[in-house]
Amino acid sequence: MNKNHRVPSNRSLSAVEVKSKFGAEFRRFSLDRSKPGRFDEFYGLLQHVHRIPNVELLVGYADVHGDLLPINNDDNYHKAISTASPLLRLFLQRKEEADHLAFGTDSLTRKKNTVLSAVLLRPDPNRKKPPVIISLPKDFRPVSSIIDVDILPETHRRVRLYKHGQEKPLGFYIRDGSSVRVTPQGLEKVPGIFISRMVPGGLAESTGLLAVNDEVLEVNGIEVAGKSLDQVTDMMIANSHNLIITVKPANQRNNIVRSGGGGGGAASGSSGRSSDSGASYYGYSSPGGIGAAASTPSHIIQNFHPEELESDEDDEDLVIEAGGEAELIPCAPSASYSMPSLPRYEPHLNLRTAAAASTSSISINANGTLPTSASSGSLGNITSTTPSPDRAMERRSLEEDGTVITL
Amino acid sequence: MKRFRRHGQESQRDRLKQELFQFSKTVEHGFPHQPSALGFSPSLQLLAIGTRSGAIKLYGAPGVEFMGLHEENAAVTQVHFLPHQVELVTLLDDNSLHMWTLRAHKGLSELLEIGRFTLTGPPGAPPSVTRVTAVLAHSSGELLLLGTEGGHVFVVEVPGFRELEERNISLDQVSSSVPDDYIGRRNLEHVEALQENPVNPNQVVIGYGRGLMVIWDLETQRAVQHIPATQQLESVWWTEDGSHILSSHSDGSYCRWSVGGEDSKDEEEKSDIPYGHFPCKAISKIVQLPTANGPPFLVFSGGMPRASYGDRHCISVIHSKTHVALDFTSRIIDFFVIRDGPQHTGDPSALVVLVEEELVVIDLQTEGWPVIQTPYLVPLHSSAITCSHHVSSIPLKLWERVIAAGELQLTHYSKKPWPITGGQNLAPDPPQRDLLLTGHEDGTVRFWDASGVCLYPMYKLSTAGVFHTDTDPNDNMNQGTEGEWPPFRKVGCFDPYSDDPRLGIQKIHLCKYSGYLIVAGTAGQILVLELNDEEAEQTVEAKVVDLLQGQEGFRWKGHTRLDVREEPVLFPPGFQPFALVQCQPPAVVTALTLHSEWKLVAFGTSHGFGLYDYQQKNNVFVKCTLNPSDQLAMEGPLSRVKSIKKSLRQSFRRIRRSRVSNSFPVGCNDALQEANARLEAELAEMELAPVQRKIEARSSDDSFTGLVRTLYFADTFLSDSSHNTPSLWAGTNGGSVFAYMLRLPPVEHRTDEPITAHPAKEIQLMHRAPVVGIVVLDGHGAPLPEPLEVAHDLSRSPDMQGSHHLLVVSEEQFKVFTLPKVSAKMKLKLTAIDGSRVRRVGVAWFGSSRSEDYGESGLVVLTNQGDVHVVSLPSVKMQVQYPCIRREDVSGIASCVFTKHGQGFYLISPSEFERFSLSTRCLVEPRCLVELPAHSASPTQHRPQPDGSSQLQSCFVSSAVLQEIQKSLEVDQT
Repeated sequence: MNKNHRVPSNRSLSAVEVKSKFGAEFRRFSLDRSKPGRFDEFYGLLQHVHRIPNVELLVGYADVHGDLLPINNDDNYHKAISTASPLLRLFLQRKEEADHLAFGTDSLTRKKNTVLSAVLLRPDPNRKKPPVIISLPKDFRPVSSIIDVDILPETHRRVRLYKHGQEKPLGFYIRDGSSVRVTPQGLEKVPGIFISRMVPGGLAESTGLLAVNDEVLEVNGIEVAGKSLDQVTDMMIANSHNLIITVKPANQRNNIVRSGGGGGGAASGSSGRSSDSGASYYGYSSPGGIGAAASTPSHIIQNFHPEELESDEDDEDLVIEAGGEAELIPCAPSASYSMPSLPRYEPHLNLRTAAAASTSSISINANGTLPTSASSGSLGNITSTTPSPDRAMERRSLEEDGTVITL
Repeated sequence: MKRFRRHGQESQRDRLKQELFQFSKTVEHGFPHQPSALGFSPSLQLLAIGTRSGAIKLYGAPGVEFMGLHEENAAVTQVHFLPHQVELVTLLDDNSLHMWTLRAHKGLSELLEIGRFTLTGPPGAPPSVTRVTAVLAHSSGELLLLGTEGGHVFVVEVPGFRELEERNISLDQVSSSVPDDYIGRRNLEHVEALQENPVNPNQVVIGYGRGLMVIWDLETQRAVQHIPATQQLESVWWTEDGSHILSSHSDGSYCRWSVGGEDSKDEEEKSDIPYGHFPCKAISKIVQLPTANGPPFLVFSGGMPRASYGDRHCISVIHSKTHVALDFTSRIIDFFVIRDGPQHTGDPSALVVLVEEELVVIDLQTEGWPVIQTPYLVPLHSSAITCSHHVSSIPLKLWERVIAAGELQLTHYSKKPWPITGGQNLAPDPPQRDLLLTGHEDGTVRFWDASGVCLYPMYKLSTAGVFHTDTDPNDNMNQGTEGEWPPFRKVGCFDPYSDDPRLGIQKIHLCKYSGYLIVAGTAGQILVLELNDEEAEQTVEAKVVDLLQGQEGFRWKGHTRLDVREEPVLFPPGFQPFALVQCQPPAVVTALTLHSEWKLVAFGTSHGFGLYDYQQKNNVFVKCTLNPSDQLAMEGPLSRVKSIKKSLRQSFRRIRRSRVSNSFPVGCNDALQEANARLEAELAEMELAPVQRKIEARSSDDSFTGLVRTLYFADTFLSDSSHNTPSLWAGTNGGSVFAYMLRLPPVEHRTDEPITAHPAKEIQLMHRAPVVGIVVLDGHGAPLPEPLEVAHDLSRSPDMQGSHHLLVVSEEQFKVFTLPKVSAKMKLKLTAIDGSRVRRVGVAWFGSSRSEDYGESGLVVLTNQGDVHVVSLPSVKMQVQYPCIRREDVSGIASCVFTKHGQGFYLISPSEFERFSLSTRCLVEPRCLVELPAHSASPTQHRPQPDGSSQLQSCFVSSAVLQEIQKSLEVDQT
């Protein structure tokens, strides 16, 4: 790995040094950084220099972070050329042998060396089952996930929304409400925060993991009990790039039902019975059924700490120096080896499965049912209201922010 | 907070925190909001004011003040001191009586509530029977007479509130003896007034609403005399010699009745309607006081001709040939007269009038009856406060010059010392001179001495003179035309009407070392002023600065720029403007800063910011921060005003509709039920459609992202780590920070070589929250000193060796960056953790209470939840958190201003500042002692009226106070 970081050569900076590896063979050549050309030309060049004109290739390169990333179109080819510093290391594989899962950012940070070496040194002959290629995993990014299933009560759901770099709005509204809790003194009505509306086409709606009238219990690990609607709004907005909300779904039919007490690894399996029978649904239409609340622990254990979230490079500020070039502020020095594109969230077992197998956000639903249809079925008419009246409110809340009050 | 504790577990740090920080609300400055009752104790020389929110405040000599709050949230309707006692009784709107006392504890007096009482009538009696309408604190100090709506007078023993049923004066007892020919005998109505005979404490006069007055002997329990007035009674006054009773009535008349022998036929001696002929309004209170050698003073409130002057709030003072109708700008609550002499029985010396918005004291012994400047209770809101600015540790030189300028403005005030002298102020002298500057809606800036407990007015600056406005600058008070009747004289300074809202002051910055002041206002005007001890006639050079820089598609729909007077204007001694910048578009100035050493002013609006060189009177550069897609900022404030108007109109329409629907003839009960049902339905509807909040990440398209929130000058390392350069930093509402490197010519060429500015850095915070503060920390992690601070105070020079850091405070986070290469070093997330947002931030120095020489700098922060936090520097760790302001009190939170020593002020009402302290060392709070007057005088000679003054009372105030009085008397004579 150290070779990646060797001193830049004195040669003309416009040339990119390319070291291409196919099987056990190396080829070295250079490309003009300013005129990289098109991908198919480059592809032809590779076949040419390796003298394998008719072999279907999968082209990968090691980026600055040591990740193995694919080159399969003009865009990522240009990206690879422009970020090569100074050496561009290419790894070629026969398409039929290729291990698609080796690509991607997530896996590499975990065990960079092993993955790379696995690709380089041991093209495993046993893995010759050609997978059905729908698309490359790197074409996906996680949109949402259910996390901490193993430690949360079954009636709760902790949902993570990845706003990162997305144009799609988060797209939901919250309101004040009241929920019924079971206390030693009996039933008690307590104020709570609820999801009041979903914006059609928004991130929240598209995940199918949140629904109208779900009670919000926590925002990024912090309980919202005792906080005002405005406070919770501000907390959510402040965490909007990486929002983790723990809800008690209004519809308790799609809960993940665990088989054993231990939870753990079985969490994401569909081992539980189908809860459609209503066994876990007590027929309370009011938000916050009592049965659900009965098992609510007073303090919810969480697998992550706020500290950890803070070290996320989720908010890299943009600095424009006098020269006019924009650069992201390198955050804490410790963060320089973590993935820039995907916030790390290691401790959650099921997240990893989700990320690795993430063909779609829906796939992680444990029961195998489609939450989108299930959760929004009864409430569909509410969610489909038009967003227009809320625009004014949004404006107003901005004015409230004190910018106009100049006392 | 838990998460911070996890780090700072070291008990040593916790102990240090205790030595550095402590929160307390110390004193309320200004005028109580909505006063509702006034009381005065001549023996204690204390003034008491009750408010509609149930507060009771006592004031004596400057610095002597006490405050109490009734648990009931009911208005205080009456305040009566028990004669010659340290107790006072308050009557609340809910008909409860409360006994308060001043108790000395460790050498300091405290105001304590010691008892409460509510009259209970016979079972089954209507509540009006016990509804108290009049209170008389008997001169014996042991009895309280309570007149009620039902017409009864109850007698209660104090301070224990024991009902003396056998001494009650029931309506039946009285009405049986009323002469048969008295018209109103069937219904005497409520007890309107109770007064004690000044020469015979056994006699009281009971005045009934219908007009009848009965002199009652408490000893013999029978009526002595009936005074058959027939007009609705307003007030009663028993003259000092006991020979006459004055009654005032609702038709604007007052009558003088002689108190004869027990059997003499009473006669109306004299009836007068002072502003007569046409119908007049009621005279609500009348007082007559004798003078040693001359005619008495007659003082009454009201009585104005209904049609022509019915809206005036007047108190008339008649003495010999002099007759003045003092014309106040707000409703009169009550008044009393202070009398001279060691026993306070001499000539009337001052008239104290409590009106709704201020306290006015008239000197009755100086020709022309001038007003005495009040040392406290000053109406901060004489024009609405629009901003405030605090400057700590003012150098003596500047202090004296400001005082001198202020004294010249007080020429029409009386030279007499403050006449209310009760109690001793034991607070130590303030350690430093602090100035609080308030900007007002009418374009004035008021300078207040905020060093101690009394917020004393020092100087008033008016900026309106620079501009052409509709007002006539000579349109002043006291311009009564000759021969006008009634003989009005305007008094008081409460004048909430601004002639031109564009004059409103929005930002103030004073350099205490150089005496330069900049003020910026609503119409984008920035004035640079200099302190001059002489008056000067000069033209103010105006410079129009276009902040849009040719931005396309802009329509400013707001107000126009102010017109500048082009001819020279005569400015009185004090702060005189010499340069003016006018922003175009003339939007309200939202950020302002001054560097008096570099002679530069930076200003910002919702459109951008600029840098002005007031030495060369030249604008250095302009940066437009406007986002072209931001329609609200593009159009100016008018569109919003329109929408408010629209919603107002709608709500009025709604009210009207509901009234119409309600107007069909139904019984009162039915209507009530219906209204209740509708209210319930409305509530249910509200539950159905509750307030909801949109959860969306901020984007660059949000409104007002270009609004400049903060500006900051720093001499720091912007381009490389070996050369520090002057720089200007600006933070916007959209989370952007702009840094400009400034090149200043050498001092000898400062006047002719231009100053240049180059953009050096731009930081876009990813969370896009508004940037509310920027601070550069030196190599030791201490904030850079203020301009000229180093030159004047050699001990405080910044560390330019170590690396500097940039602290950016947004509404959501505190973030420390390295310099010159900007990279994130540390941060503290506030909003993500507890959902509160930074509203106000300041840098303060906290001294340890334990060791004299230890102290540290910290950030003081006020959040939108009303909590104050201290955040350590440079490590940005949360230190302490205290709840301070109610989160619903948006204007209170917006008005908060921090001092450099860990104190702060915020408005608790339009007219009052609450002062609080976060520091253990820097604390300004009242410490005062009121001593019991020794009790020795024959009871017959007590003057009972708490609001009048005593004829011959023996009260021994502490010797210090006596000395003070004597001193003041000596001053009078000279």
